[in-house]
Amino acid sequence: MSRIEHIAQKAVAAKRKLLIPYLVAGDPNLDTTSALMHKLVEQGADIIELGIPFSDPSSDGPVIQRGVERSLSKGTTLKQVLELVAEFRQTDAQTGIVLMGYLNPIEIMTYKTFVDTASSVGVDGVLIVDLPPAEAHDLHAMLRESEIDTIFLVAPTTRDDRVADITALCSGYLYYVSLKGVTGAALTDFESVTANISNLRERTKLPIVIGFGIKDASSAGAMGQLADGVIIGSALVEKIALLADRIEQGPAVLGETTQVIAQAREALDKLV
Amino acid sequence: MINSEAPGTNVDPAKFDGPDATGHFGPYGGIFVGETLIAAVEELAEVYESLSSDKEFWAEYDYELKHYVGRPSPLYFAERLTDAAGGAKLYLKREDLNHTGAHKVNNTIGQALLAKRMGKTRIIAETGAGQHGVASATVAARLGLECHVYMGADDIVRQAPNVYRMKLLGANVISVNSGSCTLKDAMNEALRDWATNVDNTYYIIGTVAGPHPYPKLVRDFQCIIGREAREQSLEQIGSLPDALVACVGGGSNAIGLFHPFLKDDSVAMYGVEAGGHGIATGQHAAPLSAGSPGVLHGNRTYLMSDAAGQILETHSVSAGLDYPGVGPEHSWLKDLKRVNYVDATDKEAMEAFHKLTRLEGIIPALESSHAVAYAMKLAATMPKDKCIIINLSGRGDKDIETVAKIEGIKL
Repeated sequence: MSRIEHIAQKAVAAKRKLLIPYLVAGDPNLDTTSALMHKLVEQGADIIELGIPFSDPSSDGPVIQRGVERSLSKGTTLKQVLELVAEFRQTDAQTGIVLMGYLNPIEIMTYKTFVDTASSVGVDGVLIVDLPPAEAHDLHAMLRESEIDTIFLVAPTTRDDRVADITALCSGYLYYVSLKGVTGAALTDFESVTANISNLRERTKLPIVIGFGIKDASSAGAMGQLADGVIIGSALVEKIALLADRIEQGPAVLGETTQVIAQAREALDKLV
Repeated sequence: MINSEAPGTNVDPAKFDGPDATGHFGPYGGIFVGETLIAAVEELAEVYESLSSDKEFWAEYDYELKHYVGRPSPLYFAERLTDAAGGAKLYLKREDLNHTGAHKVNNTIGQALLAKRMGKTRIIAETGAGQHGVASATVAARLGLECHVYMGADDIVRQAPNVYRMKLLGANVISVNSGSCTLKDAMNEALRDWATNVDNTYYIIGTVAGPHPYPKLVRDFQCIIGREAREQSLEQIGSLPDALVACVGGGSNAIGLFHPFLKDDSVAMYGVEAGGHGIATGQHAAPLSAGSPGVLHGNRTYLMSDAAGQILETHSVSAGLDYPGVGPEHSWLKDLKRVNYVDATDKEAMEAFHKLTRLEGIIPALESSHAVAYAMKLAATMPKDKCIIINLSGRGDKDIETVAKIEGIKL
């Protein structure tokens, strides 16, 4: 059983909703990301989605885009992101780590080096935004051979016949994109999310988590009701943006930055 | 559908009949976009496929090309340019004479008709130099569609007259302030808009890149250039040309000229990339000459990226060639060695710009000047009874400020 499966099963048994924060590795620098990751765990994160910065993040909104730019201005590379995971694993063997990003840095590193390194440093899952199932064959096979979960997205525009193709390759959890748009947009259509999630439930036994547009305790609670967990990205990255000039102020600042996660945890725990 | 075979294996490379059903040209092309956009590109592919045998649609397209764009464009023998080069005869395919002044409109009129067929009321486009933006705004005005054009903040400054042209045509020009503030970032922003407004919006991509079916459909709309040139060549020269030369940014004017000749073994082809300050300086926009395969903007193709896979900023004197990727069919044709990909520097392009202007009374776009520059060098190595067709993809009115500025002249 993979670490993510284990986390998900344990959560179901404990009637706990999964809380998955997203942050860009290296924003504003790698040391701070490392400190933030431990802080996020303290605030109640079950799994962390660690963004691999890419110069052309065309599925992301302006908030994450700027986070990526902050990280790249320090020259963050995929190799360093993998080293960051290795370092995190030295003191945390419980929390799931999912790398999320775009395909090009992985292609340039070569699939083999990426998969081998990810596996050895303790990456649990990989989600590549611009790699749909039809193009995923080689990388998917290599990741699964190394027992790394392959996470895919389902969008409101995904047709039913396609859901089967996606769930056939997806493992760990299924990421439901709550809205038509990019990360950080406003979530408005609660009813269609409800209908789409119940449709997905009939088609897969995978845990379903909802992302895009969840920005506070109240939206986390609302979406948590419908799914097995929620992902919070832009709302956290927005706070990290304010960190850049205040890093020297120490651990108290990190607590403030990740407060949105603690509040979401509280809201999710009230649901069950 | 999961494609278990290696991409492109069911296409015979010797026949150059890509892409395959899943949009691959050998290992290149494909569909690499976020899940939100998959349904939209699949719908587009289905509708476009269904139109391939729709006579009414293509008759409408032909009508617009003839009466609105002003086709066919002439194949012009450039006698004085030929004398100056001192070798093979140089012919110009005069895409600069099209309505809006470049080949771009061949594609935008086709895609706008497609958008109308699909019931989309809102058009979005990205633009670098502003030529594709102007061509999109033009056809949107012609067909009564709402039009939004994404343009890098730096390009908006560099190409102010085109920005005003788009506004006159009723388009909303949106400044893009992310990344390098140029064409690639405008394309990212257009993709974001499309994901958000996917229900009523049609995205007119301006070149033969992007997710399948764009590289195919843009090529099909641009192939009018090569089909006409082939016919005109047989009629005016009495044979096929010996060589074709076109500039390559994304590569739509080049593929439009080349594609109808791909199976003619005797016709050599040269795609001229932007050499900028010189390939060795790293400051250029020549992914086929100096890049490596990767994935950007929905397709796998040759790219300019660094050792960590980040897309590099490019440089060219011509904004229309200033793009770090290239259409996937060009990547395939490079690997198959059917087309020779070469480069011309900023300096060479500027010299050719002046030569053509003074010798023929034709002011070429800086993009097309790259093709002129290389063709003159090539002609000098060939005997006088050989013929070269240069795709004069656009006119240079838009560039006179840039040229004046480089040469220190105040207008």
